[in-house]
Amino acid sequence: MKKTAPVTICNATLVTPDGLLEGALRMEGGRITALGDFNADGGNSIDARGKLVAPGLVDVGVFAIDKPAFHFGGITRAALMPDQSPPLDLPSRVSYISKSGKPDFWVHPLAAATRGLEGREIAEIALMREAGARGVATGRQWIGDSGVMLRLLQYAAMLDMPVIAHAEDAALVGEAVATAGEYATRRGLPSAPVEAEAIAIARDLALADMAGARLHFRQVTTRAGLDLVRRAKASGQRVTAGVTPAHFMLSDLATAEFRTFARLSPPLRSEDDRHAVREAIADGTIDLVSSGHDPRGPEDKRLPFSDAEPGMAGAETLLAMVLSLVRDEMIEITRAFELVSTNPARLLGVEAGSLAEGHEADVVLVDPEKPWVIQSSKMAATAGNTPFDGQPTQGRVTALWKGGVAVEI
Amino acid sequence: MTPSDTSPHAARYPAGGLAFPHRDLLGIGQLERHEILFLLDEAEQWVALNRQSAKHVDALAGLTIINAFFENSTRTLLSFEIAGKRLGADVVNMHAAQSSVKKGETLIDTAITLNAMRADAIVIRHWSSGATGLIADKVDCPVLNAGDGQHEHPTQGLLDALALRNALRERGESAEDFTGLNIVICGDILHSRVARSNLLCLQALGASVRLCAPPALMPVGIEAMGAEVFHDFDAALDGADVVMMLRLQTERMSGQFIPSAREYHHLYGLTKARLEKAKKDTLVMHPGPMNRGVEIDSEVADMIDRSIITRQVEMGVAIRMACLDVLTRRARGVDGWEEAA
Repeated sequence: MKKTAPVTICNATLVTPDGLLEGALRMEGGRITALGDFNADGGNSIDARGKLVAPGLVDVGVFAIDKPAFHFGGITRAALMPDQSPPLDLPSRVSYISKSGKPDFWVHPLAAATRGLEGREIAEIALMREAGARGVATGRQWIGDSGVMLRLLQYAAMLDMPVIAHAEDAALVGEAVATAGEYATRRGLPSAPVEAEAIAIARDLALADMAGARLHFRQVTTRAGLDLVRRAKASGQRVTAGVTPAHFMLSDLATAEFRTFARLSPPLRSEDDRHAVREAIADGTIDLVSSGHDPRGPEDKRLPFSDAEPGMAGAETLLAMVLSLVRDEMIEITRAFELVSTNPARLLGVEAGSLAEGHEADVVLVDPEKPWVIQSSKMAATAGNTPFDGQPTQGRVTALWKGGVAVEI
Repeated sequence: MTPSDTSPHAARYPAGGLAFPHRDLLGIGQLERHEILFLLDEAEQWVALNRQSAKHVDALAGLTIINAFFENSTRTLLSFEIAGKRLGADVVNMHAAQSSVKKGETLIDTAITLNAMRADAIVIRHWSSGATGLIADKVDCPVLNAGDGQHEHPTQGLLDALALRNALRERGESAEDFTGLNIVICGDILHSRVARSNLLCLQALGASVRLCAPPALMPVGIEAMGAEVFHDFDAALDGADVVMMLRLQTERMSGQFIPSAREYHHLYGLTKARLEKAKKDTLVMHPGPMNRGVEIDSEVADMIDRSIITRQVEMGVAIRMACLDVLTRRARGVDGWEEAA
């Protein structure tokens, strides 16, 4: 770590694991060295009156490393999905990717569960762990073969790596691009029953229980799927669940006019499912919210709906969307940062995601009320495929430090 | 040449261009009831013209119409081509096989290319739902949807309504619209854009529509569009005034949807015996192409007094003439149609 002068952020509202704390935060030698009420003399001093000082966001399950977008969104670390070209199914690729963002952004690669992400042969997970992989992911797809999935979960349990699963029964989904229901039917879009998610979750929970594995569902988007996760947690199973803002902000109404920015995987669901996701965030069934950042240019999106690639550029809007849940009084501000920082870091087993002495100084300054308008054409991301285009929102990161070093945003 | 005041029902809709304020015809779902009636009434003059030996006017002389078909078609393409030519337009057909125009910007590029060639109307068929709307956004001329994926096939919906109205009138029924009629659509509803356009069109004109298919071929949530859903064909036929049969769209099926054609015919084939369970004058329709012996028996398809299948084909040309005429009126500066849509 490059030597930098100590920085003190004063007059701040600190978002800590123990709640909001008025005071100051000191960063020195790349780490957080003091918190709260202390003598703030020496080094640079920054006045953070009216702003929140929070841990940098940790984004689990992104599809591209897109630093300007991550920095704009206050994201200091991201776990990269193995769905790259070529896939992250070899130690050498994992090793290369794990260094690719430094120094101002850290990438935690997720190892491909199977070779070529084909769902048949388990990849060299232990070697990829040595190379820097922080978890194992099935990719955009469900592993259809239950035997392969069980052996994968057993192996990952032995290595104490979390398995990050995509929960959609592949045979039911087929070529579907929408959730079966009135809107898919009106638009004539190939659709899959909403139950495809709960079926996949039920199977994977049973297999993970047998294997004693840590299982994380990257996105749980349906009431039935969330009920299964809720029950498994109540029974003590080591399972966690994530979601992206699209599934608590939007329903399949957003696919009107065949808008391909709303073509996502899993597809947008009904209004009832959207409300179920919000309830699950409030009651703790959902542990983390991530961006699913997947910038896609016109060659992937300016196509008929069924021919377009799924995915959205979500890094810039992640925090604002989660803060909207605070404004809607569904969650507290401290819970918001548990969802985007603390819990994702815990899933990956990295010393980050909370303001604590000795932690890497990944820190953001947030103006939680700052109004802005999401504009597809003016995004920092490599592509502007946001389903929130034109939407006014509130909450922006105004300054960011990665390892104690200020990053231009 | 064809001002709207020649229409026998001019009082039913607003004057001039307000009768049809759309630039494109992308789906029945975008149309109001009076706009549907307007197109049907407009088509009547072309039905009459098409029955003469000299079937040509020069209303669209000098205009270029491009039929861009990204999916195979024989009858719809031919019908549009004949319609354009009978109106005096220069008609060009572009066949773009699915393999050669697979992905990427190609579809948009194709649209831009057609636009640069200064087409006056573009007729599009594409395998993907919503594709015609995407192209319409990129071009400056009217776009007619000749079938997009499993979404809509509006001219088919209109021609079926015209054929039915025409047959009912011939039988001495006033048939202002289809209020009180029970219409059964039976077959592969899931993969059918014809079913969706017909459902919307027939309902807009007052009919009660029953949809009949095995569960695997019935789209989820179609009840929300106002249809009554049946899996038992005999039950659906009870009291039916019209039965429209659809073929199995095996080219759109991935995986097995029915055990066999033989079994499908047993449950859902329209036989003479089954037709007798409906009314004594129930009309039979089929948008074609037919698979005789699968969804419909030959003796039913060819019943002179009951089957209006060939009339559907005849009305198809007239409806497409009406659509091409109406949609190009603004560009041609027809009286009352000058304002932009």
